[in-house]
Amino acid sequence: MTLAPGEYFLQGNEACTAASIASGLKFFGGYPITPSTEIAEGLAQRLPEVGGAFLQMEDEIACISAVIGASWGGVKSMTATSGPGFSLMQESIGYAAMTETPIVLVNVMRGGPSTGQPTRASQGDMMATKWGSHGDYQVIAFAPASVQEMFDLTVKAFNYAEKYRVPTFVLSDAEIGHMRGLLTVPSNIKIVDRKQRGVRRTDEAYDVPDDLVPPFPTFGRGHKTAVSGMTYRPDARIEPEDAQVHSDLVRRLNDKIMKNRKDINKWDLLCPDSKHMIVSYGSASFGAREVAAADDRIGLLRLKTVWPLPEEPIREVASKAEHMLVCEMNLGQLYWDIKRVALEAGCKKVELLTKIGGDPPTPGEVRHKLREMGAI
Amino acid sequence: MELFDFYRKDRWPHVFCPGCGNGTVMNCFFRAFNELGWELDNTIFVSGIGCSSRIPLYINADALHTTHGRAIAFASGLKLARPELDIVVFTGDGDLGAIGGNHFINGCRRNVDLDVICINNNIYGMTGGQASITTPHEFLSTTTPRGNKEYPFDLAEIAVAAGANYVARWTTRQVHELTKSIKLALEKKGFNFIEVVSQCPTNFGRRNKMADPTAMLDWFKESSVRRDKVRGAAVDHVDLNLAGQITIGEFVNRDRECYQERVGVEGHGDRH
Repeated sequence: MTLAPGEYFLQGNEACTAASIASGLKFFGGYPITPSTEIAEGLAQRLPEVGGAFLQMEDEIACISAVIGASWGGVKSMTATSGPGFSLMQESIGYAAMTETPIVLVNVMRGGPSTGQPTRASQGDMMATKWGSHGDYQVIAFAPASVQEMFDLTVKAFNYAEKYRVPTFVLSDAEIGHMRGLLTVPSNIKIVDRKQRGVRRTDEAYDVPDDLVPPFPTFGRGHKTAVSGMTYRPDARIEPEDAQVHSDLVRRLNDKIMKNRKDINKWDLLCPDSKHMIVSYGSASFGAREVAAADDRIGLLRLKTVWPLPEEPIREVASKAEHMLVCEMNLGQLYWDIKRVALEAGCKKVELLTKIGGDPPTPGEVRHKLREMGAI
Repeated sequence: MELFDFYRKDRWPHVFCPGCGNGTVMNCFFRAFNELGWELDNTIFVSGIGCSSRIPLYINADALHTTHGRAIAFASGLKLARPELDIVVFTGDGDLGAIGGNHFINGCRRNVDLDVICINNNIYGMTGGQASITTPHEFLSTTTPRGNKEYPFDLAEIAVAAGANYVARWTTRQVHELTKSIKLALEKKGFNFIEVVSQCPTNFGRRNKMADPTAMLDWFKESSVRRDKVRGAAVDHVDLNLAGQITIGEFVNRDRECYQERVGVEGHGDRH
């Protein structure tokens, strides 16, 4: 059942479930894994009520495979997983990128490597999201930092997956997934559907030209589409030996995301002109948010889109800041990319506050680090 | 429908070697499909990776050529999204039984309405002739230069044990039986599995004193034992060595209610 507009007190994973149904989800392939399981459980209950199908697969490889298959049937499809399951899905994430299949993958991150900390939060999969599958490709990823954002960014993930025909990620974690909080379901939710081959439409959502995102040739409509993970020509004929065909294809798959960063990148900014900026995302930003809210010397750039990296706001705050502190729940993953952008923009000092083990950095720890840097 | 309406002429020449059994299976499939009067626009062909998995790319219909081993998982999702469409999976012994073994047994168990045709040539042909899970004991391949010390899988028996609705095994020598079997599987609901033991003269035959494809077809004929016609034919016998036998025939034909009927999945489109 779709949640009626109004206020709810829900768990992050439940908000994700509600958002996926509101977005028009019709197929979910799942496999139990902590801390994402509530999403599968919720959808097993609700998806049949809205005419969708829930399928519990034999492993996570099968989950993402089934989800891609369903998407070629023309329906919105999603899977949810965590660390080890995410690792298993990597090959087919590359397949979805290569075949331009719109899918949504929710990764409720837990502490790794390996089995690690099944019940504790982490942001250890940031780089695996971007670089996990072999070859050059781009994805879109969002990092929610509240129950509300778990809803809002899941809706966005569906919309961007459909618009750009790309695997799109919601990078939540055990903290956000299991946290309970207030959710306001708006009465007007903007939903984007994929551009279909052979169906004319003038939707304002489609400012992307067809040469970057071709219309989707849904199966069963007489298009005689041959979909393959092998390098293919624009007419879908496989052509694994031709250097030019490969180069044109892979560059376009990258360009369609990188040239549309303005549209895809979302962020939140507190005290943008501050000399001391914190850059953070997801639950790692909890402590930083409190510090920045209480101290107007400290600014906070909170990334909602993490891939492609929002370089524009980073560059802008870095050009005015003396110090920059990146706050992450890993041993430094987005840090290196953020530092590169910040140094290029003229910021002199970019440091890292890392915390792993499951708890987000506290306001005290953030303040302590800022003091150490000589920022306060 | 004419033969050349069924195939994508513009995708030829194909990748199959002279003497390969894939063409035989494709033509048996075409004949069965055509005799039923089915529409290509309502049928989706799904495959994994390997020689036999290239078949969907040559058929004039929607095709999903997926990752190695996962065709059944892709097809299951597609079928549940579009239950009104017919889904056929082409796969091989390595794709189905080795890397995709888990999806194979769970596909049989789940009984989603799919027709799976596995062309078992006992070897990894596309990569140049490495031992597969069905390479006979003591046979030679590039990765078993001293003879295969493992014993082969019996794919049909696995399908029966795992709960498939319909299971049959033929060789490329029994084209009429194979065609009949494909026709039956296409019409039948549930997970239907047909294994076709096929010749790979280039990468299997050549290393095992059967470089001539016709010699291999003769060997298939001599070694084949009809499961339903010969008493005492060892049902677990797929050890295809020269002294052995290939058990062929229908292994099971039952009517288990298929998954999407049990759960009542809704369609999201129309038949063309």
